[in-house]
Amino acid sequence: MLRRILLSPSGLIGLLLLLVIVGMALSAGYVFPKGPWALVARPYMWPGQRPGLLFGTDSLGRDILAAIFYGARVSLLVGFVATVCALAIGITVGAVAGYFGRGFDAVLMRITDAFQTIPGFLFAIVLVSILSPSVQNIVIAIAMVSWPPVARLTRAEVLRVRETEYVQSCKIIGMSTPRIILTQVLPNSLSPVIVVAAVLVATAIITEAGLSFLGLGDPNVMSWGTLINVGRPSIRSTWFIAVLPGLFVILTVLALNLLGDAINDALNPHFRKR
Amino acid sequence: MNRHVLRYLGWRLLQSLVVIAIVIVGSFMLLHLVPGDMVDILGGQRGDMDAELMAILRARYGLDQPMLVQLFHYVTGVLQGDLGYSYRNQTDVLSLILQRLPATILLVVCSVIVAVFLGTMAGVIAARHVHRPIDVIISMVVLVFYATPVFMTGLGLVIVFSVKLKLLPVGGLFTPGVDMTTLQLVANVAKHMVLPVLSLSLFYIAIYARLARASMLQVLSQDYIRTAYAKGLGTTHVIIGHALRNALLPVVTMVGLQIAELFGGAVLTETIFSLPGVGRLAYDAVFERDYPLILGVLLVCSFVIILVNLIIDFVYTLLDPRVEVSR
Amino acid sequence: MISASPAPLLDVEGLSILLKEKKRPDVAAVDDVSFSVAPGETLALVGESGAGKSLTALALMRLLPKTLGVAAKRITLDGRDLTAPSDNEIRAIRGSVMAMIFQDPLSSLNPVLTVERQLVEAIRLHEPISKADARRRALELLEMVRIPAAATRLAEYPHRLSGGMRQRVMIAMALAGRPKLILADEPTTALDVTISGQIIDLLMELQRDLGLGMLFITHDLHVVRTVAHRVAVMYSGRIVETGTVDEVFATPRHPYTEGLIQARPHGSFAVDGHRLREINGTVPVPAARPSGCAFEPRCARAEADCRAQVPPLVPDNDEGRAFACFHPLQERVA
Repeated sequence: MLRRILLSPSGLIGLLLLLVIVGMALSAGYVFPKGPWALVARPYMWPGQRPGLLFGTDSLGRDILAAIFYGARVSLLVGFVATVCALAIGITVGAVAGYFGRGFDAVLMRITDAFQTIPGFLFAIVLVSILSPSVQNIVIAIAMVSWPPVARLTRAEVLRVRETEYVQSCKIIGMSTPRIILTQVLPNSLSPVIVVAAVLVATAIITEAGLSFLGLGDPNVMSWGTLINVGRPSIRSTWFIAVLPGLFVILTVLALNLLGDAINDALNPHFRKR
Repeated sequence: MNRHVLRYLGWRLLQSLVVIAIVIVGSFMLLHLVPGDMVDILGGQRGDMDAELMAILRARYGLDQPMLVQLFHYVTGVLQGDLGYSYRNQTDVLSLILQRLPATILLVVCSVIVAVFLGTMAGVIAARHVHRPIDVIISMVVLVFYATPVFMTGLGLVIVFSVKLKLLPVGGLFTPGVDMTTLQLVANVAKHMVLPVLSLSLFYIAIYARLARASMLQVLSQDYIRTAYAKGLGTTHVIIGHALRNALLPVVTMVGLQIAELFGGAVLTETIFSLPGVGRLAYDAVFERDYPLILGVLLVCSFVIILVNLIIDFVYTLLDPRVEVSR
Repeated sequence: MISASPAPLLDVEGLSILLKEKKRPDVAAVDDVSFSVAPGETLALVGESGAGKSLTALALMRLLPKTLGVAAKRITLDGRDLTAPSDNEIRAIRGSVMAMIFQDPLSSLNPVLTVERQLVEAIRLHEPISKADARRRALELLEMVRIPAAATRLAEYPHRLSGGMRQRVMIAMALAGRPKLILADEPTTALDVTISGQIIDLLMELQRDLGLGMLFITHDLHVVRTVAHRVAVMYSGRIVETGTVDEVFATPRHPYTEGLIQARPHGSFAVDGHRLREINGTVPVPAARPSGCAFEPRCARAEADCRAQVPPLVPDNDEGRAFACFHPLQERVA
């Protein structure tokens, strides 16, 4: 499985890109010990204008490269934690709806419909503004808007697996329902969900950046979206302040999408040939 | 239009009504998630209200009554078109939203059309030349589009087309303070809409291109395509007359699933391009802590999305006659 | 190859279909096959699955995927040279001179278009007539293939029709361009036994009335006896025996033909192509074909020379009887 991912060009490029971003997040404290908020030079300095300030400075004279290094932490943290939460909610809802069916299914699926009907990003804005902007609340908001597709996918897979002979025989030998779901049904229905996970992380990173871009980010942490927001008013002249962190959002999302494609191909080898 | 299709559409309508009910109740619950009630916020902002006045206001808005009674009032109000009162703007929420809705609908509808058209075209061309240079180029461009958030597309387009090339306006729905004939106004609005529509649709162009390519490849390997060739049809005719319609089906389904996301993206697009739409309205409301207005926007958008989905279900039954057996 | 009739409608000489693979040399899925069909005549191509029967028909229509290459010494159809046709040439032939009926009518009809659209399209492609005229002709065609309440069926989508009805629509569509040759690729395999009998009766009747030539592909010897005038037995991409149906069935000369005839259980319509009870083993895939006679590993009569070289298809009489075997079965003395 891992070999297959690494052997495909998209998987390899995606993984390498992602490793670079993870490396930036982990090394931020060593490379920029003064933190992302320190005022290091004159404001609005262009990239390379002064040696040592590779990406220039922002409107307050902060080092843009340092902000990008620290921003990687926020993006990756929010992306992964929000995805784990969304998976937890989605898998639970989908498994219950799919396995028990009938009333459970009808009620849970209509609630899922309702969540998919509300514009996700708008809903996230509302949640963050009600709950007050903090990393924790941003994670909650993103998880709340991204679980419905997971629930649908899990439900469809559980419906399929539920009817298989091995599950039926577990019922006949009297295995308890939670045990059947946890040991038999879920392990056999989660591989398509795993494929979605990579895309979910990417979407979560985009949503976080979008919220921060609108000024709804956690004011105590430096995120890529925050920096884009800072750079926006001066976009006519010093456009690099907004564009540089934006490029890192794009690169990270690109890496995750490539990885997702590679995982998908590895899990469905028969699709690769065409 | 036969009985089966009507029954299917009726079933979808019923489901939609249930979803609307859930959304309304959910929005009521959200409103009560806000720390403090409306009067507290109002009081906090004015700073000159005494406890007696606040109690009178609470009684007037029914805020002193039990939750269930309040819910009942809220639901009956919403059903009658009463989405609450925006104390910041001193008008009722619904008329504020209705005033802003046309710009958003124009933006979203244009974006969907552009995304479906360009996306499908790119996907079909890629599938037609699968594994050849043009397919590889399209796939790579699509990959980049697919990774670019709406606000970055928007900023990028502004930098290139408005700031550097000075080809298109930076923002607004039309040039204000100029007398224009209807035709000139339409042209002026169109010019203002190019960048917003492009930035909102680019991501979806990528999605539909990927989807159309995969679905076209699958359709082209079907037996009925071989039959079409066996009749003596040429490749172009086979693709347009026989393959395209089948390949479009997953794209149409996807549009229905994503229309909600497009409204979310409209918030960002309208903010960047200062368009007077409901997304911009919601954005302003967030910073003014105008919760009835925010939730009103959420509700109205949900209604519109449900309506669009019903239309898409109807379109789907026209495109795929098998819908009566498969669903 | 000598044909029974003086001016064949279709004449194929030395047709090979090559599986092109990047790393290995080309493999012949169909190897140097020759046959002909006269106007009003039915030639049955018979053999187990994997013998290359369908590939042969698809190669004539040039409908094979690009990974399969077609090479032929000579192909002529109704006086036209089709040895290496251009895209435009073959498109003009498809549907109008030579039409094809496929195995599975459900997957072969476009699910989102009505019967009328699909028929009218086929009609107007080869005949410059108005839509109204084309619709009238579509109705005639449906009546010709005996579809009851034809006028109402025109507006139906394929999924609303029964299996037999769909195959009748496919036949009507094949006839739409007034072809002279029909390639019928296992047209009854996907159908119920009773329905398949009706479809075969219909095909035979249409062929007689319209004077069509027909290449009928099947693995069912019973069907061969009913529909065909002549038969060509294929084994692993080659024709191993050919002749009139009466002759071949009465005195099979190739051991494989005899095996096929004996393997067919009496009184039943269909033979399971994969499991012939009295011939052990399976058809070799083209890439693993033995260097000599392809049937040699399964043949009780095989000797050293069968392994050494491929037995050529040699004529046995003037009426087109031929077989490819070094140690043929003896002609039965009447």
